[in-house]
Amino acid sequence: MEQAVKDAFNQGAARANAAYQMGRRRFTVEPITRLEGHGKIDIFLDDKGDVERAYMQVPELRGFEVFSIGRPAEDMPQITSRICGVCPTAHHMAATKCLDDLYKVEPTSPGRKIRELVYNAFMLEDHALHVFVLGGPDFIVGPEAPPAERNIVGVIGKVGLEAGKRVLTTRRRVRELIAYFGGKVVHPVLGLPGGVSKALDPADLPKFKQLAKDAVEFAEWTVDVLKKIVLGNPEYVKMITSDAYTHKTCYMGMVDEQNRVNFYDGKLRVVDCNGKEICKFATHQYRDYVAEHVEPWSYMKFTFLKPRGWMDFAEGPETSVYSVAPLARLNAADGLATPKAQAAYEEFFKTLGGKPVHHTLANHLARAIEMIFAAERMEQLVNDPEITSPDVRRVPTSVPKEGIGVVEAPRGTLFHHYQTDERGLITMANMIVATQNNAARIAMSVERAAKGLIKGGKVTEGLLNKIEMAFRAYDPCLGCATHSLPGHLPLSVNIYDRDRTLVRRLEQA
Amino acid sequence: MSKPKVAFYWCASCGGCEETVVDLAEDILGVVEKVDIVLWPVAMDFKYKDIEAMPDKSIVATLLNGAIRTTEQEEMAHMLRRKSQYLIAYGACAHLGGIPALGNQFSREHMLKFNYEDAPSMANPKKTRPQLKFADGGREPTLPELHNVVRALDQVVEVDYYVPGCPPTPKLTKAAVTALLENRLPPKGSVIAPDIALCDECPRKASKPVNTSFAEFRRPHQKLMDPNLCLLAQGIVCMGPSTRSGCEAACLRGGMPCTGCFGPTSRVRDQGLKILSSLCSNIAPKEEGEINKVLEGIPDPVGTFYRYGLAKSLMRRKVNLPVK
Repeated sequence: MEQAVKDAFNQGAARANAAYQMGRRRFTVEPITRLEGHGKIDIFLDDKGDVERAYMQVPELRGFEVFSIGRPAEDMPQITSRICGVCPTAHHMAATKCLDDLYKVEPTSPGRKIRELVYNAFMLEDHALHVFVLGGPDFIVGPEAPPAERNIVGVIGKVGLEAGKRVLTTRRRVRELIAYFGGKVVHPVLGLPGGVSKALDPADLPKFKQLAKDAVEFAEWTVDVLKKIVLGNPEYVKMITSDAYTHKTCYMGMVDEQNRVNFYDGKLRVVDCNGKEICKFATHQYRDYVAEHVEPWSYMKFTFLKPRGWMDFAEGPETSVYSVAPLARLNAADGLATPKAQAAYEEFFKTLGGKPVHHTLANHLARAIEMIFAAERMEQLVNDPEITSPDVRRVPTSVPKEGIGVVEAPRGTLFHHYQTDERGLITMANMIVATQNNAARIAMSVERAAKGLIKGGKVTEGLLNKIEMAFRAYDPCLGCATHSLPGHLPLSVNIYDRDRTLVRRLEQA
Repeated sequence: MSKPKVAFYWCASCGGCEETVVDLAEDILGVVEKVDIVLWPVAMDFKYKDIEAMPDKSIVATLLNGAIRTTEQEEMAHMLRRKSQYLIAYGACAHLGGIPALGNQFSREHMLKFNYEDAPSMANPKKTRPQLKFADGGREPTLPELHNVVRALDQVVEVDYYVPGCPPTPKLTKAAVTALLENRLPPKGSVIAPDIALCDECPRKASKPVNTSFAEFRRPHQKLMDPNLCLLAQGIVCMGPSTRSGCEAACLRGGMPCTGCFGPTSRVRDQGLKILSSLCSNIAPKEEGEINKVLEGIPDPVGTFYRYGLAKSLMRRKVNLPVK
């Protein structure tokens, strides 16, 4: 559709909405708990008490891009990690790769392998956090369970204390590997252009070999737990595959030369809702393929496929809305590069009716499959003879100007882009973070779930939780998504009557 | 006897402090057994209404992380202050303003303009901005307002204790929580970490030069660094001498210099000024031109010396903004 026609159409729709104003009610859900960062959902009901429109809002904004100006580029891996303390390693690594590109320096081979080892360890522990602490309790404990039990303590009640301890212990050991190289696990410091700051002492290798072996078993066990609890329960399967949690959008993910998932490096591939490749591009071309749209009701920006143009919150074969993160990565790739993960990948699509899978809640299982891949990659890397080489960094010699670095963060594709003066001081920094890529689809999911679940003005706590579940499945990181001014707020549901005054605030507890 | 009530809350923060609490790992099960967590938005489902309904001072301790940027954060800080016997500023942002306070060098408008108009990936020809109240066909979703400046927690409400670090370590967190549960608290206003400079616990301490003289400063990416030698001896700026210990020199163990996230010791009022005066008085050249040449190795003094402490610095802000 032509832009002018679209504008006219949108204005007409806005006027029609305005004309249909009387007797409208509004809900706000706050806070949405168990997610990183903060958000708010406003739900408007019509006369019949059915949902007319739901807004998934992010009421915060920080200013990382602007206050990075004037900082030495080599500080960026440590400054930008503070965008998010849950996925600091993702920002740290995207920034570090951006420095390689800025200084046109190739990391040494052992340096690159240490980065990949740390990065896969991070993907594993971060996914484990979501599966067992943040989003997973919705399934493992159950969506109808009392709120006070839908958390890690409730998970331990369900899987058993020993299993619960295994989760915490494995996660701690994997995080210790990250801290070994990064100094600390939250906000690591290893990244420098051309490599890393610390080598692996051969004396420390055996414990990491053991860890990688245990990590593979742990990841396989995680997939089994989810299969048993989730896929083994027909009620859950019905919910996962229901329309309320299904969206036909495009999917983006980073792939290697054989179109297999890669978290650390590669090209970006996008498939449409039929699984057909739309485009595949090198990371330095990101501005030709990805653009950001602003809605006046949220601080979060919405990315879309630039060649198709912003087409509102639409789905179907022509949509410019795309999704990222585990499910999107599996949909956008042709497979996984390690044997156990590949087997789980094939079973995943077989069980859920073929590729691509459009069920948002399938993200939980996709996430666990990626854990196997990350663990197997760790195992490959610790058994690589080069991993203990002291040659971990190459000192850059060229004059810096511009760099772009992209990784797959746990929550999806993460772009860092810097320009500097000849001293390497930042003159421009731009970041598009994982959750922004999912923002449009998340907004659609929340609205769909609200429309499917709220009828005739009846709103129960269980329903509100199910709306939150649509949101949590993406493992959204709103801290990341609104890196632009400091200020986190909780997500909230408010109810407004026809005069648009607050009637009550819906809360779960 | 009922278990003591504890709350965790976050303001302008990244969630890394929350991760550290989770990083108590197996130990967190022990903490959960001994206390009644009444609020922890990142990990548990609770709502603020319940906190609002609680009697004043009924929460034994609130660990609040993050700086204060919005009106809503300020209100939460006041409410949790009222409900808590002890309010603990947890982590560098609540303690000192943290990295988000680097934003105090720039105006709010600058940030909004870049974010919604000037960024190279923007597609926003109509220059749409988020609105505090947006009338969308009669529906009116609202957003909170952002303050002009970022403040540390004690610039907003009275604070009883500080747990430093970006993020604090699980070990210090455990020590603070244990001290609280066993009622062995230090004097009010204490920072709960050793009151001595980081060099004291640095594995490279032995090689720290007694009489330092800087002929040049090198930035970390410009040379391969000796993993055992004091970084100041290698001409790399390290904040260790003006930073409180307690992290066990984590960044140095990762092969990189200290950037100062634990803030100063109790004897230093302004961490940045302290290291600035120490480094500058030890520059080898005495001629202005040559001194400037040495200082080229520190191209961003604010970001280097006030990486975490700009909100609390004595220095004037570039833009003297009102809070609101």
